[in-house]
Amino acid sequence: MGAYIVKRLISAIPVLFGITVIVFLIMAMIPGDPATAILGSYATPENVEKLNRDLGLDKPMVQRYFIWLGNMLTGDFGRSFSLNRPVLDEILERFSATLILAGVSFVLCSLLGILAGVVSAARQYGFADKAITFTVLIGISVPSFFLGMMMILLFAVKLRWLPVSGMYAIYGGGDLPDLIYHLIMPALALAAVATGVVARLSRSAMLEVLRQDYIRTARAKGVPEGRVIYGHALRAAMVSIIPVLGIQAGFVLSGAVYIEMVFQWPGIGRMLVDAILKRDILLVQGGVVFVAGCYVLFNIAVDVAQGLLDPRIKT
Amino acid sequence: MSLFRLTRRTVMAAATSFLALGAATLPASAQTPPGVLIVGQIAEPKSLDPAAVTAVNDFRILVNLYEGLVRYKPGTLEVEPQLATGWEISEDGTEYTFTLREGVTFHDGTPFNAEAVKFNFDRMLDESHPFHDTGPFPLAFFFSSVEKTEVVDDMTVKFTLSAPYAPFLSNLAYPTGLMVSPAAVEAGGADFGRSPVGTGPFTFAEWRSNEAVVIEKNADYWGEPAGTEAVVFRPITDANTRVAEMLAGGIDMMVEVPPTALGQFQGESFNVVEQAGPHVWFLILNAKEGPFADKAVRQAANYAINKEAIVNDVLEGTAEVAAGPTPPAFAWAYNEDLDPYPYDPEKAKDLLAQAGAEGAELTFFVTEGGSGMLDPIPMGTAIQADLNAVGFDVSIETYEWNTFLGEVNPGLEGKADMAEMAWMTNDPDTLPYLALRTDAWPDKGGFNSGYYSNPEVDALLEEARTATDQETRAELYKQMQEIVQEDAPWVFVANWKQNAVTSDRVEGFELEPSFLLQLSSVVKN
Repeated sequence: MGAYIVKRLISAIPVLFGITVIVFLIMAMIPGDPATAILGSYATPENVEKLNRDLGLDKPMVQRYFIWLGNMLTGDFGRSFSLNRPVLDEILERFSATLILAGVSFVLCSLLGILAGVVSAARQYGFADKAITFTVLIGISVPSFFLGMMMILLFAVKLRWLPVSGMYAIYGGGDLPDLIYHLIMPALALAAVATGVVARLSRSAMLEVLRQDYIRTARAKGVPEGRVIYGHALRAAMVSIIPVLGIQAGFVLSGAVYIEMVFQWPGIGRMLVDAILKRDILLVQGGVVFVAGCYVLFNIAVDVAQGLLDPRIKT
Repeated sequence: MSLFRLTRRTVMAAATSFLALGAATLPASAQTPPGVLIVGQIAEPKSLDPAAVTAVNDFRILVNLYEGLVRYKPGTLEVEPQLATGWEISEDGTEYTFTLREGVTFHDGTPFNAEAVKFNFDRMLDESHPFHDTGPFPLAFFFSSVEKTEVVDDMTVKFTLSAPYAPFLSNLAYPTGLMVSPAAVEAGGADFGRSPVGTGPFTFAEWRSNEAVVIEKNADYWGEPAGTEAVVFRPITDANTRVAEMLAGGIDMMVEVPPTALGQFQGESFNVVEQAGPHVWFLILNAKEGPFADKAVRQAANYAINKEAIVNDVLEGTAEVAAGPTPPAFAWAYNEDLDPYPYDPEKAKDLLAQAGAEGAELTFFVTEGGSGMLDPIPMGTAIQADLNAVGFDVSIETYEWNTFLGEVNPGLEGKADMAEMAWMTNDPDTLPYLALRTDAWPDKGGFNSGYYSNPEVDALLEEARTATDQETRAELYKQMQEIVQEDAPWVFVANWKQNAVTSDRVEGFELEPSFLLQLSSVVKN
């Protein structure tokens, strides 16, 4: 197992290297440069040239790439010119906010999704199954940003139960209850679609397992129904549910971009959108590489977990 | 087996604690505390170093922390003393001597004096200055005519200009001319922008990234003390969310309300404030080649476009129809006798027929958004429809803002016949000087992307720039506006009225024509 993990980690290196090349090329090729973005209407060719020189963007592209890569390998991601602070500080601060939001959403979507899937498989074609299937369909169909806006209108503006946006109260906040209070709406809005997907897949995985002979045997020898479902069937179904959860984790992470915009959550998705609009090259590059690195690691973790769970998968 | 048991327990624990903690905090209302004004901003500031930033969004914070030698007189774009008590201009207009206000100290306790003024300008302009590396200073060219800054005595400072430059005083009143504490720059270096020190009515308290910038009342302020204990600037980049926060009471004030959202703030609990500013929204016409090389066709475009419909229907009354290149907010330099081109499609058709330009095909560059561009896509579509109605054949090409600037600023030749554009400036000199002179064609480093050229206009603008007497300047600008309106190098479309909404707990708030946000006299109940 240990050797397998090491092998997977080594194979991730060329992937990350490829990502650095792609993100660098994209940022180099999109029209509009940082100096134009900073100067706006005042971007005369002369001013643009001077500012680009001040920002160190007048060097040849290949040279800039290797300077960036070399610095990054020593842990120096450079300085964001739109925020005027080190890129890595900003990324770490913003990524922790995203991790809280996406993490809670992921837990919510896994638990609720599996529970809904199991209940609906156990009561196939019953009332609970139909109600869950219908709710899940709505959950999958409504875009999360729209759901988020509607939640704001109802729970924040009309009923005033929850805050509209932000991560902490501006005054007197900053503790855990305050965080949870601000987290309820964005986490639910972000989890909605993923919950639906997990629920549907859990349902079909469970139905598949429930048809197996050993389930019939278990029932025949008098194992209580609850134990058959949750003990025997779900455990086997988890093998096909876990990879879906892995995909949903990525989905929740990328979906966080819209939700962070709608709820003004100070996460990395919102940071990247702002940075792209401002042509903050180093911040975009650093942010993308960081997120991609996390994504790659996460995928390896999912594969490893699957291997641990299912002895048939050879590592 | 073990996996699931853990999961079931976690479900219950998580769900229960989530709901319990959520419910426990529910009674906390969105009410903001009295004496603390919470302002919804459109973005996170880049820096709080006035020399390093360019965005109005950042200036809105800065003008409350810092002060300049001069400032705009409230409600106008005229210059009045602030940290200077008076000034003298030499006969030839190249020497400006300022007498400084006594007894002013920076928030860090260091005195404000002539040395401090010199430090500020040398830092921006002198590449060998030890703190020039705290830049870049993108708007330093506002002061590029300053040859040297001298300390005459402790409370007197003298600027020597390379040539007479009349907009110098209004540039000093612009936020780029705000005075920072030399001691704080020396201590903070490049990080000065995150721990700013000025002389203003508020002192800096804290900056929580992407959450808030907090400033507090300066107890030792030399002038009238601030009306609130603290002001919090919250960046809320999404316009819909900003509106929702305002409706829910999470913020007390928001600027740049989307036109379509204004209707939600009718009624007792909100006040909507409006103020016309030095903004003009226009179409650059390519006067070098194609149909618009003919003045009659350019005038036809001005007659063909229904500007009333654009400002009232597309912009919901948040702008007024522009008559010429100079916005009326520059009251002293604005030519009151000019009337906007009326909406007259018949006249436009006649002009087109005389010029033999019926059915002319036009390429029209439209942007998706951008500083001061208002609602560029719906406006562009309305313009396209009006022009097609009189016999043009307009095709639109849409670009994202930075790409758009990259296409338009180098000139329209060979690419397009017209392009949208908008400017907000601080002096009547700036826009025509940078965008209407022959010497401002893109190949000479200016913004005259439509290649308009009229020697008379060039001469008037040069003369106005070197005249130090305001009345003489006003007269020259008025003549310039008349000629430019007749020549029609642009289609003059709209002057934006900035707006803001405050809750009924906010008193004493006015918007300034400069688009800056002066909050010192505001009271929050």
